[in-house]
Amino acid sequence: MADKTFIVKIKRQQRPDEAVRWEEFELRWRPHMNVIICLRDIAERPFTREGKESSAVSYEANCLEEVCGACAMVINGKPRQACTALVDDLEKPIRLEPLTKFPLIRDLQVDRSKMFDDLKRTKCWIPIDGTYDIGPGPRMAPEKQEEAYPLSRCITCGNCLEICPKVNADDQFVGAAIVSQVRLFNMHPTGAMHSAARLDALMGPGGIEDCDNAQNCVKICPKGIPLTESLASVNGQVLRHAIKSFFTAPKTIGSAAPEG
Amino acid sequence: MSAPKIIVVGGGLAGLMATIRVAEANVPVDLFSIVPVKRSHSVCAQGGINAAKNLKGEGDSTFKHFDDTIYGGDFLANQPLVKSMCEAAPSIIDLLDRMGVMFNRTPEGLLDFRRFGGTLYHRTAFAGATTGQQLLYALDEQVRRHESEGRVKKYEGWTFLSAVLDDGGVCRGICAMDLKTMEIKTFPCDAAIFCTGGIGSIFGRSTNSVVCTGSAQSALFQQGAYYANGEFIQVHPTAIPGEDKNRLMSESARGEGGRVWVPKTPQDPRPPRTIPENERFYFLEEWYPKYGNLVPRDVATRAIHKIVYEMKMGLAGDPAVYLDVTHIPRETLERKLEGILEIYQKFVGVDPHVEPMKVFPAMHYTMGGLWVDNENQATNLPGVFAAGECEYQYHGANRLGANSLVSCIFGGGIAGPAAVRYAKGLESRYENTSAAVYERERVRQQDISDTLLNAHTGTENPMTIWRELGDVMTENVTVIRYNANLQKTLVKLDELSDRFTRVNVQDRTQWSNQSLNFVRELGNMLVLAKVITMGALARNETRGAHYKPEFPNRDDANWLKTTIARYNGGDIQLAYEAVDISQLPLRERKYTAAK
Repeated sequence: MADKTFIVKIKRQQRPDEAVRWEEFELRWRPHMNVIICLRDIAERPFTREGKESSAVSYEANCLEEVCGACAMVINGKPRQACTALVDDLEKPIRLEPLTKFPLIRDLQVDRSKMFDDLKRTKCWIPIDGTYDIGPGPRMAPEKQEEAYPLSRCITCGNCLEICPKVNADDQFVGAAIVSQVRLFNMHPTGAMHSAARLDALMGPGGIEDCDNAQNCVKICPKGIPLTESLASVNGQVLRHAIKSFFTAPKTIGSAAPEG
Repeated sequence: MSAPKIIVVGGGLAGLMATIRVAEANVPVDLFSIVPVKRSHSVCAQGGINAAKNLKGEGDSTFKHFDDTIYGGDFLANQPLVKSMCEAAPSIIDLLDRMGVMFNRTPEGLLDFRRFGGTLYHRTAFAGATTGQQLLYALDEQVRRHESEGRVKKYEGWTFLSAVLDDGGVCRGICAMDLKTMEIKTFPCDAAIFCTGGIGSIFGRSTNSVVCTGSAQSALFQQGAYYANGEFIQVHPTAIPGEDKNRLMSESARGEGGRVWVPKTPQDPRPPRTIPENERFYFLEEWYPKYGNLVPRDVATRAIHKIVYEMKMGLAGDPAVYLDVTHIPRETLERKLEGILEIYQKFVGVDPHVEPMKVFPAMHYTMGGLWVDNENQATNLPGVFAAGECEYQYHGANRLGANSLVSCIFGGGIAGPAAVRYAKGLESRYENTSAAVYERERVRQQDISDTLLNAHTGTENPMTIWRELGDVMTENVTVIRYNANLQKTLVKLDELSDRFTRVNVQDRTQWSNQSLNFVRELGNMLVLAKVITMGALARNETRGAHYKPEFPNRDDANWLKTTIARYNGGDIQLAYEAVDISQLPLRERKYTAAK
């Protein structure tokens, strides 16, 4: 009996300035395949369905267990991680495309450094005094840890930016992932001491006000992070902070003020 | 004199810790990583991090942690630094806590601790079942802070190719390749710290991430760095087998009460839940009553192999046993193990809250790695330091669960300041190194890439060579080792190396050419595979994870020594070095009773 096969269609582009082409590959079905295995099969036998010699597909991947965030792509029209996209659960032919909201590098590979830059801009860290041995951290109620922990599982995959209508060429909303990280650091007893600087960074163009409340992000998040709660919470914090700043401080709203 | 320049290669836990310590000393540091550092393999660590804080009234102590670690490693580790690591562990936990790691808490608001393998104490701090991810993020955030303040410059999306060594063999920089433009460039420095992680890819499928190829270690080895104890490979007892990788099911599942079993009747067709308690064989609990499901990993892995291959009791005749957490309250599972149960659910499509998981051992970790000294994480190459999984110092013949995270942070914490001290003490800095030294190395590396890209006539597919490499290494150089099979493996490795000379990269473009990078890594993997296999063939004893049925006992008279592999013009030679056993007396290692 002939092997059972299926088709994978891949949107390919060798360089950002080169033409887009679609290629189709016919792959041999085995149990428990995911999209990563499909891409490896193609690398081992890089011939299209028509028998034309092609090349291995460029894509990002690392942990393959949905905890590193690398392998995000658009699969059958939906942004998600390729490692957890199981072939048996996907409609055929399977269509693979790169994320569209980030600069393309090649094939399914994009440059998501914007997200890491935004984490820098929003000061998403706890400003410790140093790595010296100066005793334990602040105590924390288990309930508070349980509220914060899900937020700390964000893998910076970018799927929430991909699905967000307010992230586009004209409108550079920072995205739910970053806002949720601001919420996380503002929750921490030490982090809260520096919340003003993070909130300042979320004011003005691209900040929290750009959120349209479309609520796509929370549905697409592979880690089930309560992103809409984070958006609402940080929105409230920013409003309170803006009012407080207006009455108390000579700062200009919208500028990224230094930590005080 | 101006500040020296330090380079860190690798942005996992060890690399980030080293970076922070260098930046804290106000010394500029360039951090190189193949992936954005936040996506490093440390994210995959699940269960926790060990520190004898003794918060459960059990009388735990850092000395007991030290003793468990040495005993668990079957006395192969040099003892002084392991002792220092265990003594430092509680303060490392405090530091991570201050950095904002969302560790699980007790009702009093203190850190909670769980049990792990190879100890009888609650010694493992944890953040759900994604502890490595949480720790990595905390250090990533601190590095991002230093980056924004100008002390750290990141080179993400670059891969290390080789060290730049001057005529005296002193490291004066590194040679690296931009994975987007494929440009090969040298970067000067006074000291380079390597934190390049595991080598799982050499075994094809493992629990490791894609980037864990050992390529950097192998490149350094081929430049004269010693590689120690390569034959000690940890196979984790509980993973979900997969074609792309084997996914870890953390030891913490057992630490929280998970039980490993098979039906007493081989090939019992009944669904697991309907098999009554008295018809289940909880073989770890029966064979190791004191430690039960929490014996060290090498012991649990061999037990599962025995059940499956000798006793023919694998589930439905397959290589699999049950890892059962269905008796643990759902609330506890959600609070403490959600991260891993979610992985099982997503990849297997079965709910582990109600159905026992099917697991099997998988290659997980290398205890061996770059040789480093007993003080400074310094390799034998002047100016080259190493920390984390890529070096050999802390785990002897078998690593205890939850000791890897602590060894990464401890080792990285030593390497940073040690590199700074070394660099400041140099009589002549990189500024005085001739440009020809850098150019020579750049040209050597460029030639390798050019040759690969121009070899149009190649007949060998790199993925095929890699698959065959992984198959032969997994079959013969993991759990059970026979000398005849190890010899056959060396023959096979020679065949693969020969075929590798005819490899066809296929993709000849100069833009994000992942095939080219993979082929370069594969070449290095083949060399390290040989180091591992030669070490295993030579060591005629059984110690920790190295198990030879033909030599079933530990042989201290002949083999209480560190294997040191050296590369000499294409030849690999093995030498040996005494183990520092100055702190604890040798004892027989057995887990059938308390120590």
